[in-house]
Formats: sequence, C-alpha cells, structure tokens
Amino acid sequence: MLRIESITKIFGGLKALDEVSFTISAGEITGIIGPNGAGKTTLFNIVTGIYSPTSGKVFYEGKDITGFPPEKLAGLSMVRTFQGIELFGRMTVLENVMVGLHTKSRSGIIASAFKLPGHVREERRIRERASSWLEFAGLADLANTEAANLPFGKGRLLEIARAMAIEPHIILMDEPAAGLNSRETSDLADLIKKIKESGITVALVEHDMDLVMEICDRIVVLNLGHKLAEGSPREIQEDEKVITAYLGED
Amino acid sequence: MKQELLKFFLFTALIGIAPVFIGKGYLINVFVFVGIYTILAVALNLLLGLAGQISLGQAAFFGLGAYISGVLTATHAVNPWLSMVIAVVTVGIIAFILGFPILKLKGHYLAMATLGMGIIVYIIFNETVDITGGPSGLSGIPHLSLGGIIFNSDLKNYYLVWFFAVTIILLSVNLAASRIGRALRAIHDSEVAARIMGVNARLLKVQIFSISGVISALAGSLYAHTVTFISPTSFGFNVSIELLTMVIIGGLGSIYGSFLGAAILTLLPEFFRTFQDYDIIVYGLTLIVITMFMPGGLVRGVPLLFRSLFKKEPMPQSNEKRG
Ligand SMILES: Nc1ncnc2c1ncn2[C@@H]1O[C@H](COP(=O)(O)OP(=O)(O)OP(=O)(O)O)[C@@H](O)[C@H]1O
Ligand SMILES: [Mg+2]
Repeated sequence: MLRIESITKIFGGLKALDEVSFTISAGEITGIIGPNGAGKTTLFNIVTGIYSPTSGKVFYEGKDITGFPPEKLAGLSMVRTFQGIELFGRMTVLENVMVGLHTKSRSGIIASAFKLPGHVREERRIRERASSWLEFAGLADLANTEAANLPFGKGRLLEIARAMAIEPHIILMDEPAAGLNSRETSDLADLIKKIKESGITVALVEHDMDLVMEICDRIVVLNLGHKLAEGSPREIQEDEKVITAYLGED
Repeated sequence: MKQELLKFFLFTALIGIAPVFIGKGYLINVFVFVGIYTILAVALNLLLGLAGQISLGQAAFFGLGAYISGVLTATHAVNPWLSMVIAVVTVGIIAFILGFPILKLKGHYLAMATLGMGIIVYIIFNETVDITGGPSGLSGIPHLSLGGIIFNSDLKNYYLVWFFAVTIILLSVNLAASRIGRALRAIHDSEVAARIMGVNARLLKVQIFSISGVISALAGSLYAHTVTFISPTSFGFNVSIELLTMVIIGGLGSIYGSFLGAAILTLLPEFFRTFQDYDIIVYGLTLIVITMFMPGGLVRGVPLLFRSLFKKEPMPQSNEKRG
C-alpha cells in the first residue's frame, strides 16, 4: 500500500529522519509512535508532498510518488489530518466538508460564474454528500456553525469528516486524540475502527498509548529520526529498546 | 440562494431608477465613476477577499485596459468594442503570465511585488511618449456606440457602465458561492489544508489574479471611452491604495460591500472638496480605523455594531485569522 524507502530529511544541520524504511499494509491501522521530535510529523509531511525528502523514495499503490504535490496525491485518494488543526475557520462546518469534495466535482470558473445547469446540479449533489459525511462523524447538528467557533474536540472530528469526503484509500492522522478528553477519545477510537472497517488504510501518529495499543494492527517506533522498532502492539510493549527510549516513562 | 437573487434584483432595480433622483446634473457624472470603481473594487475583492492574496498594483491592469483601448481607437482607428475585447484579453494573458512568479510570494513580499508591478507600469505610461502621449495624456478616444446610440452623455454612460458593473457583481456573487469560491476561501484560511483536499492552489491563485486583471481592464476600457481622455495620473499608486481602501471599508469578501466602499470613497470627496489634497491621508486613516474597529468591513460591521449597542452584547473581538 505505502512503502517508505530509506527516507532521509535534513533541516539545516538537523537530521530529522535518517534512512527510515517501513511498509504500511492495505486495510490495516499502522501506528507510528515515538517521543517528541522523533520525526513523525516530518514523515507525514514527506509522504503527503508538503516537503520533499533529502533522499529516499515513497511508493504508494505500486507507484513512485516521491515529490508529488499534495493536490495530486488527493487525486490518488491519499489524505491526511493535521497535528495543529487546519480547518477553514471562516467557512461553515458543511462548507469545510464540501471543500473535501473538490476532487469529486468538476465545475470550473465559467460554469460557476454563469451558474450553468450542470453546476447547479453538482452543487446540490455535493451538498447532500457533505451532509452525509457530517452524519458519519456525528456533526450533523453543527452543519451551519462557523468552523472557527467549534469546540476543539469537534474540530478534530470535522478534520476527519472533511478528509473522508475525499473517499481516501489511505488516511494519515497526526495525533487525532491530542487535546481530547477520555470520552471524546473513545468516540474517536470507534470512528477510526469504523473507517478501517470500510476498507480504508490508516496511518496513525499518536501519543495516547492506550488508544494506539487498542486499535493498531502494527506499530513503528521512531526515535531521533531513526526507526527503533516495528511489530505488533504486544511485541512493541515488550521491546527492551522501546521501553528505555519511550514507553519507560509511564 | 433565493435570498441572494432577491438582493441582486433589488440592487439592480435601485441602480436602474437612481438617475430619476440623481438628476441630469453633475452628480450623474460622479455616479458613472462610482460604477467604474465598483467594478475595480469587486475585481480586487475576488483576489483579496476570497483568495486572501493582496495586490497593491491593481491600477496597472486598470491603466493597461484604458491605454490599450485608447491607443487602438484614437491612434489606429480600431472599432471601440473590438479594442475593448483586445484590451481585456491582452491584460488577462499578461496577468496570467505575471501571476506565476508573483503569486509564489506571500504576505509582505506579495504586497511589494504587486506594488512594484504598479509602479513599473505607471512609469511605462509616462515614458513611452510616442505611444501613450506621456504625462500630457492621450486624447481623442471615441465613445462607444451600439445600434445608432452613441454613449456620449453622462446618462447614457451611466447605463453603459452600470450594465457592466451589475453583470460583474452577479457573476462574482455566483463565483463566490460556488465550488471555486469555496476553494479560494479555503486557500485563504489554510493553503496547506486546501491542497491536501485536492485544490491546485498555485494555479487557482494565478487564475483569480488573471480574472481580477481582466475585470480591471474592462473598467479601464470603459473609463477610456467614457472620459475620452486619459493620462498616467489616473492609474498611479494612489489609485491602487484607494481601491484597497474601498474593499476594506466594504468588507473583505463582501461583493456588495465593494460597491458601498466605492460609492463612499467616490462621493465623499465630491461633497468635501477640501479632501482632495489630503485624500491619501484620509484613505490611510480610514484603513487604520476600519481594520482596528470593524475588521469585517461596514456590511458586516454595522449590523454587529447595532446589535451590540441595543442588546449590550460585547463586540466580537477581531482575531488573527480574520485579518
Ligand atoms: N520545517 C522545519 N524546519 C526545521 N526543523 C524542523 C522542521 N520541521 C521539523 N523540524 C525538526 O525536525 C525534528 C522532528 O520534528 P517532527 O515535527 O517531525 O517531530 P514529531 O515526531 O512530529 O514530534 P511531536 O510528537 O512533538 O509532534 C524536530 O527536531 C523539529 O524541530
Ligand atoms: Mg508531530
């Protein structure tokens, strides 16, 4: 599904990622964990085309996608959420999800400005589909709220609803549980499981170990830009290196 | 959506009957200019209000539209309508090509680059004396005519200019509410998230820059054919700042707000003649006051103000994201 091959990323003098390789299998939830500054977000930024790697390659569905820009990857059904939420703050919750349907619609500038019949039909379809994604994420009653006014937990859900609208084959989530209370976290766990059950591959960066151990099929551990370990949740929990570097703290 | 349409028809009807109240005197001439500046402000608002990309060089496109139309008709006797089409298309292409390098820049750098573009074009108008007539201007530009009607009176020009202005307003309102409008607003709020959602931000920004140029060039061509004389001072830096002030006063992203801004800034100096020497100072002060106390502009700000006055609700604080 997604193969990361010897990815190195250097910022100035700092090696944020050093020859990291691993594979994410289709239909699984793969957790990517590690202490702060390990390079998890940097890895997501490289996979989703926001940064290009210093060296190494990324393969997705058998294709070399190294250096593809994000908008092209969206067209290939890859999507992500952000560690610091990136909503369209001045747009309504529904409109946020409608942007997620950008690749599922075609109206151009002329059709939009002149309200050509095809455009009007498409608008209606997009609106309905966006509403059903809001229902999926449990946000239907907030459809007309301005996104900037959402409580934090709801904002996280909206990011996921908007990403799901792309109908991704893979969704990369960067710390979706950060800032959520335990109740919201368990709702989130259910939502992620529901996403997996619909056949979508999930890559999950997360510090909440209970969540990670509960829902992940495999786990990759990063530390200071290196891959420290890789395996099932049980293997990771018993790994000496991981315990000293990361899990030992709790 | 029905509401939008109703608003548009009311606005159009109002514009249609306004001359009855304005009369045939000097004021109708001022309202011709309100129409031209409305078109220009709407053009800037598509770029700044929707996509969040600043331009301090809009007067360049306005001037290019005017000069291309003016030179083709006055010097080369090209049909005025044809010259208008040539002006609009040429400026669209120029803006599209310039847009790629310029819109790679963000924030202050973008402001500087567009400012530079405006200044360079202004210098060209002044220096290419053989073509433009230089600082002393270009005269003898013919009026537009249609089926025997020559647009040579203020009243006729009023309807000519406002026909275009109202059309541009309708198309812009449609665009803002569409898939493309949402993509532009998404770029404004979070470019990286917009791209992750599949929006080709780079291309869309260039396209809206080009459209903004096309609309400004249309205003320029209308200006040339209604006034029949043009000189570089009508397309200088202060015009770009004036347009920016109009958009900010009316409210970023509010299309009708742009009309309001254009009307206020065009009408006020007519009533207070003494303004004229200090106009740039007045614009500057207006910009500061509006951005500090009414960051959403008048169209959004005034209702909020009234509500907070009567219900004793606190005014919503401006936050960074609202810029
Ligand atoms: N754009 C950048 N420029 C310079 N250094 C960067 C940049 N992005 C990340 N880094 C550095 O790279 C290292 C890895 O950062 P990264 O954000 O990937 O860590 P992380 O594993 O996501 O940490 P956290 O758990 O805190 O989110 C850090 O030392 C960080 O300071
Ligand atoms: Mg991170």
